[in-house]
Formats: sequence, C-alpha cells, structure tokens
Amino acid sequence: MPKVTVDGVEIEVPQGATVLQACELAGKEIPRFCYHERLSIAGNCRMCLVEVKPGPPKPQASCALPTSEGQEIRTDSEMVKKAREGVMEFLLINHPLDCPICDQGGECDLQDQAVAYGRGHSRFHEAKRAVTEKYMGPLINTVMTRCIQCTRCVRFSEEIAGVDEIGALYRGENMQITTYLERAATHEMSANVIDLCPVGALTSRPYAFEARPWELKKTLSIDVSDACGANIRLDARGREVLRILPRVNDDVNEEWISDKARFQVDGLTRRRLDKPWLRRDGKLVAATWAEAFEAVSKINPGKSVAVVAGDLVDCETMFAAKALAGALGSSLLEGRQTGLDYDCSSLAAVNFNSGLAGIEDADAILIVGSQVRWEAPLVQTRLRKAVKCGAKVFVVGPEWEATYPASFLGTDLAVLDKLPKDAEAAFKAAQRPALILGGAGLGKGALDACLALAAKYKLVRDGWNGFNVLHMAAARMGGLMLGYAQKGGIADLVKAKPKMLISLGADEVDYTRFADSMIVYIGHHGDKGAHAADVILPAAAFSEKPGTYVNTEGRVQWADKAVFAPGDAREDWTILRAMADALGVSVGFDSFEGLRAAMAKAVPALGREGLADYGALPKGKAGAKGSIEAYPIKDFYLTNPIARASVTMQRCSAELLHGETFAEAAE
Amino acid sequence: MADRHLEPDTPELRARWGKFAFSKAWEAKAKAAIARYPAGRQRSAVMALLDYAQRQVGEETQTQGWLPIPVMEYVAAYLDMPIIRVVEVASFYTMYNLVPVGRFHVQVCGTTPCMLRGSDDILAACKKRGMAKGHTSDDGLWTLTEVECMGNCASAPMVQINDDNFEDLTADRLDAVLDALAAGKSPKAGTQEPGRHTVEPSGGPTTLKQMVKANHDYRGDW
Repeated sequence: MPKVTVDGVEIEVPQGATVLQACELAGKEIPRFCYHERLSIAGNCRMCLVEVKPGPPKPQASCALPTSEGQEIRTDSEMVKKAREGVMEFLLINHPLDCPICDQGGECDLQDQAVAYGRGHSRFHEAKRAVTEKYMGPLINTVMTRCIQCTRCVRFSEEIAGVDEIGALYRGENMQITTYLERAATHEMSANVIDLCPVGALTSRPYAFEARPWELKKTLSIDVSDACGANIRLDARGREVLRILPRVNDDVNEEWISDKARFQVDGLTRRRLDKPWLRRDGKLVAATWAEAFEAVSKINPGKSVAVVAGDLVDCETMFAAKALAGALGSSLLEGRQTGLDYDCSSLAAVNFNSGLAGIEDADAILIVGSQVRWEAPLVQTRLRKAVKCGAKVFVVGPEWEATYPASFLGTDLAVLDKLPKDAEAAFKAAQRPALILGGAGLGKGALDACLALAAKYKLVRDGWNGFNVLHMAAARMGGLMLGYAQKGGIADLVKAKPKMLISLGADEVDYTRFADSMIVYIGHHGDKGAHAADVILPAAAFSEKPGTYVNTEGRVQWADKAVFAPGDAREDWTILRAMADALGVSVGFDSFEGLRAAMAKAVPALGREGLADYGALPKGKAGAKGSIEAYPIKDFYLTNPIARASVTMQRCSAELLHGETFAEAAE
Repeated sequence: MADRHLEPDTPELRARWGKFAFSKAWEAKAKAAIARYPAGRQRSAVMALLDYAQRQVGEETQTQGWLPIPVMEYVAAYLDMPIIRVVEVASFYTMYNLVPVGRFHVQVCGTTPCMLRGSDDILAACKKRGMAKGHTSDDGLWTLTEVECMGNCASAPMVQINDDNFEDLTADRLDAVLDALAAGKSPKAGTQEPGRHTVEPSGGPTTLKQMVKANHDYRGDW
C-alpha cells in the first residue's frame, strides 16, 4: 500500500490505485471527462492533469498514472490551474456554445467544469468544426458537433454491453463517433451512453426538449420492467413523470438500467384507466366509484374468491388483496399468470441466491432455459464480467445471441442429469460454480433436476451459494413471500371456479378459462386484463404509489410516489380497503402505515430493507424430461402493459426487432 | 485528408463487391500474416489484411485499389472481429483508400520541406494535366491527393505514385514520369536527379570526402 502526499496531506492508497483515485481518496475533486469508474482508462481528454513529483516537470494525466511510494501530488498549484484552463480552452475550441438549445444544459459536465476550471473566454477566432449528424436509433439523439471525443460511449458498448457497434472513425480533428453505417444501436442497454456522455452529443431522443433538469421533482423508485429491481429516479414535472434515470447501487444495477426501464415512461400517460368501468350487456361503460362498488357488492361472492396478481404490483397491494380474500374466507392466491406451477415450499429454491453482484464471481455457469439478455439485461452485464474473468458459460435451451462466449448444450433437459464432458470438467474444477434457472426451465419442470444438479456439483459451499432462479416479474418474489402460489398454479384457481376473480393488474392471464367468474380488474392500463374484466377499478402505476418490491435475489426495496394517478384512479390499497367495506368484511387496516405494519407483522422480511433470508436449499431429485423449445419473452420491448402502451417501446420493437424503417423528419 | 469519407453503401456496391473473397495468392499471404500472432490474436493482422484486400481490389479494377464496405466486412468476418473496429482502422490510416482511385494514385507531399523545395510547382503541374485534388481524372488514369510528410525530405520535393516514390522532382521531371506511366512504361523510381543514387548529398559529398575512394582513418586528424 503506497503512501502518497496529496496537497501536503499524506494518505495511504490501495496498491494499483491511480493518482486520480488517490486524489479522490484525499477528498480533492479532479475534473475529468473520459475517465469513468466502470470503464477502462482512455486518458484522452487530458482534463485531469495534476503535478506529480518525482517525474517530468510538466502536468500529468492523473487518470492513467499509477501511484507509487512517496509521490508528491499537487492539485492546487499554479501549473495545474494553468493546465486545466488550457485543456478547457482547447476542448471548447470545437464545442458549439449552444447550451441554451442543448438538452444537457444544467446537467452538463462540460458546462460545470468550464465554469469551475475554465478561463471564462476563448482566444480562438477561427471557424469551428462541424460534424454531420449521425443516426443512432430511436432512443439516442445525436448532435455530434458537441462531441469532445471522450470515447466513453465506445468503451461502454465494447466493454459493458459487449456489442461493438459504436466506434471512432477518421482521425485527429476529423474524428467522428458513429455506429457502423449509422445503423441503430440495438443493445438492450444502449441508452446508458446518454448518461455517460459528459456533453450534449448523445441525449435522450424521446425526452428531447421536454424539460430542464431544475424544473423536475426527483423521486427515488424501483424499476418494475424486470425482476432485477434496478434503482431508478423518477423525474416528474407537474403530474407527469418525464424521464427515468438510474441510481447508483453496486449491489443491484451498478449505474445502468435497461432501455425498457428507461423509456417505457411515456407509457405511463397513455391507455390509462382513469375512471371505473362496468360491463353492461357485454359492453364496457364508464361508471362512478359508487356504482362500481355497488356492482362489486352485488357479486356477493362469499368464500368463492380468487386473487391473481400481475407482474408489476407492489407487495402492499398483494398483501391488501390477500387480507381481503382472507377476510372473505379464501386463500386462492396466485401470481404466476402464465400457468407455472413450480414448487414454492422453500423460497431458497426459487431465489437468485448468489445475488446479482455475486454472480460476477462465479467461474462456471450453467444457464437452464433463460434468455438472460432479454429476461434480465442487468444480469447479462454481470455474466459478461464473470466471463471476462475467465468463467465458462453453458446454456441449455434454444440458441440466442450472447454477448460473451457461451456453449449451447442443446434443448433437451436430459442433459441436466448427465452434463457433456467439457461442462462436467468445468463444473468439477470450479471454485464457485453457479446455475441460473430461467422461466422456460421452470415451465418445463426442471427445478427438481436443477436442485439435484446443485447437490451433485456442490453449488452450495462455504460462503457461496450458486443456485439461482431468474424471474422476470417485479412482483414475483414479493408474491411468493406473501403466498401467491398455489400447488397447481393458476389451474387450481380455474378448478375452484371462483365467483369473483380479483385481478391485480394481471394482463398475461388467459381469462377465457375464467368465463364463469366475475372478473374485477384493479389495474392501471387498458390492456388484456381490462378487456376481459366485468368491473374495472382504476388504480395507480408504480410511479404513483409508494410500494415495497422484492427483486429476484430476494432484496426488499422501497419505492416512493412521484405523482398522483390520473383522473379518478386511486392507489391500489385504498381500492381494496373500500372493496372490503362494499363486501361487508374487515381487513384490519385503515391507513397505508397500518397496512405496512400489518404486512411486516405477517411477513417480517418485508418490513426490512435488504436481502431476505430464505433458509437452506432443499434437496431435489434428478430425472428431467422434455426439451425447452422457446423462451417466454417474444418481444423484449413489449413485455408489460406500460411498455405496450409506450410509443417509444412500440417503435423500438418495430424498428429494432422487426426491421421496419422510419423516415426521419428533416430538422 | 479532411475530405475522407466512406463510399456509400448502395445495392450496386453490394452487387459488385458482395462476393469478394481473397484469391489464392492473397489468401496465402493473409494466412501468413495471421500466423505471425498468437492464436486468438488474429485481429492483430487487420492492417496487413486490409492492405492485401485493397491490393486485390486493385488487381481486379486495374487501379491502386480501395476498400469498399463489403470488402471491409469480409475482412472483419475473416478475422472474427467487429466490423466497426475494421472501419476505424481503415478510416484512420490514409494509405487505405476509402473511395475508388484511378490507375495511378498521385500523392504529392506538401509538407514544409517539400513546399520549400517547390511542391507548389509539382501540384500546379499535376493540375495542368487535368488532375484535381481528391478527384479521379475522367480517363480513370489519375487520382491526385495532397499528403503530409512521407519521410523523403532529403530528396524533396517528392511524389508517391502507387508503391513507388519519385523524388527530386521539378515540373518537367514529373511530366516525364507521368508521361512514361501513361505510356505503360515503368519509369525509374527514386530520385530523378541525374547522377544521384539515393539521398546522398547532391553534387558529391561535403564531409568524409577521403572516404569516397577508399577507407580512410580520420583518427589522426582529431
């Protein structure tokens, strides 16, 4: 551990730290553009210049300079000040001063650092460089004249996304950042380059010219587009959430989110259910809340009630519905809408036990029936990191385009009982072997065989649990913790022929099987569930209610409310509370705090933020049959009702997955 | 250099070059280039392969050769590397032609030493013959480019035509070279100054004069 002196203060820094990191440890701010903690070091913006002794008597780029014992670093000398001013002046030579019409204005690194470290004027009187516009797809807006060639976007697409599609063409002053032949960036995480871009060269296309950052109210929330529970920030103005940005959480999403999580936001204002609807003579007609509850009380189901939970609902909603069903005398609860019926007697067996961050450390990974790239793009980036550190990946299931070397072992599940030689050798030699079982594998009943495989190859060992189930629904783990799982899955609900089926935003259920039930739909979008419903009670989307979500690794996280639900729509728990009154039963809570307290009492793990403990992994039995023919997600961009309502996601689906072309309006 | 750009990706371009593959001779060279690097590092050979591809295109079109997009894609697939990385390399180095060139690619050096020795006259002579910077003449014979220093400052001004350098030029000497090329002859490459062989001092040595005839021990003079 070398000792260095930063501005006269001696500190000890970790072996291999750069001078920039040493300065940060000492609490000194070093301006930078190209350097980023999660990307490789490029050293091409020169903004991080500092004075280092011993060394040549000139400023040095601190981001690319390793620390060594006894270094004397100065960040406050006249030389450093002059160097920064010089670099800033050079950077601004070719940067257009169009901040008033630039979307980055107000949250621009170049703007901030020009104020903090620049000279305040330029001596450059010649013509500025201009770069032709580039097309990067429906999500990324480009104004390449603003580019300062930090190459963060190039490094992101190569290193994190694993899809080399952005590059720097030509050289010197003519260097241009572009995708190959200006094709759209196609990766599921591509829009993270918008956050990475320190200037306004890459900005959000759907959010273009919508708002200034200082107008926005920021709310901390949790993403519901997949089961990873990425930490996000909702930026709202007035009654509308205008954009979604990732928050830093190294345990969950580092600082990335998928394009769907980021851009499904415009779906929150479209196709919304903003007043109650009743089905009269086969047709849905608008109603008032009073009429709606009258209709509900008329159903008078007695004990014959079932609840099916959708993929996006929070734990509070599910708990309130469970309390209502319980008060009526029913325990028919199910959240696995598409008919999965895997055994949930032990939640450890259906949890992502190694953790999203932990999977990075695995050195042999078997993926069973999961198209990770679409089902959990954030896990995909972790797997890529693991492969970079030497992990071997094997996949059982139809082939998909992995962004790392992976060997596909075919679609036949029998391979789980007898792995091919190379996989067997890799698993035997592995220190931290891991298995990831996805929805397609669960659907084929591979859970037992995978548990047997886990025992065979000792996936659980000292300080390591490599048995992972990768869910796709944000509500899944919370639902399972609250008992939203029947032994026979949703078929049990069908068999019970409930008089009333309460649907909590469940849009993937085959409602034709519930033809005899009165369907009360409590949800926020006019999607498949609303089409089948007899009574529609408009509820709040994830951005419009506080809620608890449990991600696929069993991490309990809380989201806040950013805006109010539109029109007559109400928060879900209030609807269920009012339904209890309409049906003449008591659920035992009258406020949201009361609901949360009751929930924490019933399931203590839901009352604490952080990883829930599910106990030890049960034993399985070998003997898997069948083969995985397809994966559950057919269209990455349209997996939930919010995304399906989003114009941006529809266009992504059409353009990126189905190859449609869109004419660009001339600007 | 400033006006370098990729030839647009048109159906005609795809039709002409979509089936490009190394001929036997170039394939052997490509394999040899790849073999110079450890297994799995085959993409290190990208510069050599782009050169070979450009030369094969040149043979097929009777020009110096250039790199159409489908050819770059072929090289990328050959080396199992992302196409954008290949285009980055090809667009960085000016020796790779990104647009079609003529039979003779006349690259006039215009950097300071050549300029002081009269590269302006050389350019003027080229223009007098109908060449224009960055363009190919109508007969498909000449493409004129002004380039930066080629490292022949001792025999400035110089012009590089395809693989040969022609040095110590004047407008007349250049005309002679170009006439010979146009007539299908191969003029002598290198210096065009009579009596000069390479870049030795013109007009005979100015130092170590006694070494010209025989080895001479200067140590006694020190």
